[in-house]
Amino acid sequence: MSAPALIRGYEVVIGLETHAQLSTASKIFSGASTQFGAAPNTQACAVDLALPGTLPVMNKGAVERAIQFGLAVHAKVAPLSIFARKNYFYPDLPKGYQISQYEIPVVQGGKVEFVLNGQKKTVRLTRAHLEEDAGKSLHEDYQGQTGIDLNRAGTPLLEIVSEPDMRSSAEAVEYAKALHTLVVWLGICDGNMQEGSFRCDANVSVRKPGAPFGTRREIKNLNSFRFLQQAIDFEVQWQIDRVEDGLPIEQATVLFNPDTGETRAMRSKEDAADYRYFPDPDLPPLVISPAWVARVKTAMPELPAAMAERFVREDGLPEADAALMTQSLAFARFYEAVRDGCGTPKLAANWLMGEVSKRLNAEGRGIEAAALQPATLAALIRRVADSTVSNNGARQVFELLWSGAQTDVDAIIEAQGLKQMNDSSALLAIVDEVIAANAKSVEEFRAGKEKAFNALVGQVMKASKGKANPAQAGELLRQRLG
Amino acid sequence: MALTLQEVSRIAHLARLELSSAEQTQMLEQLNGFFGIVEQMSAVDTSGVEPLYTPLSAVQAVELRLREDRVTETNQREAHQRSAPAVEDGLFLVPKVIE
Amino acid sequence: MSTPVHDGLHTLGVAALARGLAAKAFSSVELTQVLQARMAQHAGLGAFLATNPDTALAEARAADAAIATGTAGPLTGIPLAHKDIFVTDFARSGLATTAGSQMLKGYASPFDATVVARLVAAGTVTLGKLNCDEFAMGSANENSAYGPARNPWDPTRVPGGSSGGSATAVAARLVPAATGTDTGGSIRQPASFTGITGIKPTYGVCSRYGMVAFASSLDQAGPMARSAEDCALLLSAMSGFDERDATSAERPPQDFHAQMLQPRAGASAAKPLQGLRIGLPKEFFPAALAADVNGAVRSALAELEKLGATLVDVSLPRTELSIPVYYLIAPAEASSNLSRFDGVKFGHRAAQHGDLLDMYKKTRAEGFGPEVKRRIMIGTYVLSHGYYDAYYLQAQKLRRMIADDFQACFQHCDVIAGPVAPTVAWALGQQREPLQDYLADIFTLPGSLAGLPGMSVPAGFGEGGLPVGLQLIGNYFQEGQLLHTAHALQQATDFHLKEPQL
Repeated sequence: MSAPALIRGYEVVIGLETHAQLSTASKIFSGASTQFGAAPNTQACAVDLALPGTLPVMNKGAVERAIQFGLAVHAKVAPLSIFARKNYFYPDLPKGYQISQYEIPVVQGGKVEFVLNGQKKTVRLTRAHLEEDAGKSLHEDYQGQTGIDLNRAGTPLLEIVSEPDMRSSAEAVEYAKALHTLVVWLGICDGNMQEGSFRCDANVSVRKPGAPFGTRREIKNLNSFRFLQQAIDFEVQWQIDRVEDGLPIEQATVLFNPDTGETRAMRSKEDAADYRYFPDPDLPPLVISPAWVARVKTAMPELPAAMAERFVREDGLPEADAALMTQSLAFARFYEAVRDGCGTPKLAANWLMGEVSKRLNAEGRGIEAAALQPATLAALIRRVADSTVSNNGARQVFELLWSGAQTDVDAIIEAQGLKQMNDSSALLAIVDEVIAANAKSVEEFRAGKEKAFNALVGQVMKASKGKANPAQAGELLRQRLG
Repeated sequence: MALTLQEVSRIAHLARLELSSAEQTQMLEQLNGFFGIVEQMSAVDTSGVEPLYTPLSAVQAVELRLREDRVTETNQREAHQRSAPAVEDGLFLVPKVIE
Repeated sequence: MSTPVHDGLHTLGVAALARGLAAKAFSSVELTQVLQARMAQHAGLGAFLATNPDTALAEARAADAAIATGTAGPLTGIPLAHKDIFVTDFARSGLATTAGSQMLKGYASPFDATVVARLVAAGTVTLGKLNCDEFAMGSANENSAYGPARNPWDPTRVPGGSSGGSATAVAARLVPAATGTDTGGSIRQPASFTGITGIKPTYGVCSRYGMVAFASSLDQAGPMARSAEDCALLLSAMSGFDERDATSAERPPQDFHAQMLQPRAGASAAKPLQGLRIGLPKEFFPAALAADVNGAVRSALAELEKLGATLVDVSLPRTELSIPVYYLIAPAEASSNLSRFDGVKFGHRAAQHGDLLDMYKKTRAEGFGPEVKRRIMIGTYVLSHGYYDAYYLQAQKLRRMIADDFQACFQHCDVIAGPVAPTVAWALGQQREPLQDYLADIFTLPGSLAGLPGMSVPAGFGEGGLPVGLQLIGNYFQEGQLLHTAHALQQATDFHLKEPQL
């Protein structure tokens, strides 16, 4: 990586722990549903509630998703991993311990690559392990008490731990986005950050360049990329202030308050330091055979990086375009459908980066939600390519196609009278009229003023009510004036 | 090695057990009495020995059995909360949690 | 109530009762009423924590109907009672589940333990829930929050523990059989103290689903009854693979009764144990072993020899070490298993408390008894930062060495035998030091740590006319051979038929 930008002379060191909720139908250790938004405790079964006598039974679907992730980040998928108990008391933790993986996680090592302002960055992964989510504490008042909803308890999580390889909040955000794209691409996580399906804890410290790592503070539960950036930026300033004031930084778990944009140390975690991890005697070692890994591998979709590379190689797209075409699996599939339909990859990419993205962003939706079908857009692009319609005309057609109400491109071009005038005799007549009617411009052009020529072309376009093909109009003008 | 009263109270706190000072003193005696017989264990050389976390692995490879990802449970909230100390609107109530 | 015809029904075991029910010599309702009357008559023994006469009679009526229509199974209509460590569906049975703890006073489980569900499905009649040490932690049943159970042979003595209520009820002929659980000897030692037969199968043979967990890597359910044959009948119905327990052994259903009856190759009617090699670990016969226990065990071994068995000397060199090893591992697991009792979702919550932390501490201080607190403290300590390797990890390594010692023994013998406990039942109410009880578990702990099947078989009587049990330990999944050996002994002796005078 290139030399990191310093903040007030300090180097920022960031590592991320990301919790991705795995997209299984049932919980990691029980047959209860993982559906979001059910009435409180209606999806907390006997096992999730830790009722006396209950025992955990591991969900194969969660393991499969962990294997997919491991393969996608070029990590080692451990042939044997161990579930351990992390012991601490908290009302949203029904058993009084969380079943997690400690000494031997299922995914070991790996790396995530992304591009930040044109520069390729690599963040190494330490590990990714399977664990169960906790329930939720509802802090709105119940006569001064807290309400506990355990529907989320037991939802499978993949905790993805990075090395402290990031040197700015911007890098942290790009890494998180790349990770988000990947897990959604793989279909192992729905990526819904509002619902908490993808949450980040950021370990932040500062140091003078070359100095050993400073003491880190962990910012918990950041569930939007904006909050991630804001929280890190605030934390960095706070830590630098303290160091500058000669004050020590104690290792702490801190919370980010989106309203104030500030971080503050959690009180409840003060004494949680001693988790008394030990292998869970209810769960023998998780064994993953090479055959299983191979089966999962063959079933995996082509990964974003590989696909982008293919678009550059086979479609001749610029790298930047290819990156945008692979922003999500749905987007990439859409691009490929349009490309195949119109046969002009670059034009397909242009339309997706231009008109399509503009509307999707305005509507805050993903391409999978668009009414416009790839085949329809391809048809329109073909008409631009064969100059049946001008780019301006095509934009007007697109307006009508976007809603999905109309899909017959040619019919629209007809109905809207956007067909370009491509037969020269009719155009020639107009050209002659224009030359006759604009002696002054003709003079200036002959005197060598190119601008005058453009004016004449403009007149032709005007007279043709925009149906003329500008290129063709220009040609004919030059012939006549030549 | 012998425990101290401070350790006893630290452990009691970790275990969320309120112990009177009399109880702590008695606990200290009994724990130290017990750890007296533990010492013999520490003397044994176990280098290279694999821990036996689950008995059958003494004679055969024991693997975690996995279940298919299927929803098998239905809402049993009423039955499940029958023995709950404090419930309102389907939520378990606890003294205010301060984060 | 019991008419002359039915006098003595209570003295019959499961096999005899099953024959009587099938022959319609008496009905399950009549049998149930006889036993319920007897339970009421001897309530002073403290065997039961909960009964529900009406549901029991309803189950008995259903059993009689099944017998009448010829749809009955081998256990249909047989009355049983369950150790209160097994959860019972309150809506179905009307029986609360307490695990002998204040923490679970009146707890209404929404489901049945797998073992209970299987015995119910087999048509058995549930007479109630049986007393036990709190969360199965103890060896005298004096750690029950609901008072002690008493030894029917001498009510001033303990029945052993933790399955003390089960032992008392079976020995006193209140029930023909009962379920128990064994973590470090909790089926075998009370069976020995009360002169009944009990078997702890191989770890994984009975599902742990619905057993209130004490030490997950050691807990096993098993039957306690009058004879090896009755144990075999019950174990067949209780055991089997359960997908809800990840440590449950995946194997086809076993007919332990058939395995028990299976003659040995080369055996004869006179010598049914011909060729059986019984290993005697020298560590199981220390100088400190009580003379009366030693005498009874030796005479039982002599009987086995007469039946064709040969005795060979073997060694379990780490027998003494099994005490610290067990008392580190079991409390470590227990300290974690008992964290769910926090006053939030079920069970006791302190009436007077301040903030959340205070609620936790007072709830657990009030809900748990002294022995449970001690073990939570030991377990929390040995798992805590900086001590894990020296204690828990070291103990688990020694545990493997102990298991390996057994495999070495089984190179030279088929079954291992010795005493169950160093003494007969001791007196109730003497404030024994915890350590004294721990040391008394020395002969049952090694087999528990290895996860091996073990039995207690009545071997005679010792000081004060109190029963003495012979312990038989088999290799993994060799329950059939243990039951066969015990059955042969019980065909030749009548210790198991002796009844306490109440």
